[in-house]
Amino acid sequence: MLRLARPDYLAIVAHALDGVPEEVCGLLAAPVGGDSGQIEAVYKCRNIRASAKVYEPHPLDVGAADDDAGARGLTLAGVYHSHTHTDAWPSPTDVAEAGWPDWHYVIVSLRHPEPVLRSFRIVNGEINEEPVEVRPPVE
Amino acid sequence: MPVDVHLPTVLRQHAGGLSSIKASGSTIAEVFEDAIRQFPLLAGQLVTEDGKLHKFVNVYRNDEDVRFLDQLQTKVSDDDVISVLPAVAGG
Repeated sequence: MLRLARPDYLAIVAHALDGVPEEVCGLLAAPVGGDSGQIEAVYKCRNIRASAKVYEPHPLDVGAADDDAGARGLTLAGVYHSHTHTDAWPSPTDVAEAGWPDWHYVIVSLRHPEPVLRSFRIVNGEINEEPVEVRPPVE
Repeated sequence: MPVDVHLPTVLRQHAGGLSSIKASGSTIAEVFEDAIRQFPLLAGQLVTEDGKLHKFVNVYRNDEDVRFLDQLQTKVSDDDVISVLPAVAGG
């Protein structure tokens, strides 16, 4: 399960909306040795691909996020990105590039008027959706 | 002379929780071999079974991505810092 504090959930969705027409991306961090789905930090990253179809977080942003997470006793535990015109489901590229079996792969779809955020585990090419809990709940 | 190898948070569990280790070698490949000798759990995380840089890590010699240098054969000298970061991408 992915657990997001409401401000983090809203920040991810706002980042996705702000980024239109391009895909946005960012990193998620959880406590070292704890529940990897308990997200305690969200790091917006620049998409160096500057594209509506692909994303890759800027290496400097990845480095800064990793440094900050490490200093706070957290570990990078996932990545989010937006799909501007397709559903919140991993694309073949997402699956091919999913290299971290412990990570949570979060996708925000802007296909419909209301943004949709879903989370997946992707291991050896196999996609498994997981529940997303936002606390306190979004009304 | 060993160089500093900065490990990303995702790999620290394979290196006793350390954020930085010291490893010796004149190339990235040799430095990684030494790192894996010290921390065997790093095997398979940095280099593939057929001896290539793993697709899911980015490796920097100081601030230069070694994929744009000589990959694993990139030379390493004293005072260089090797940094490893997770490679993340998608569509």
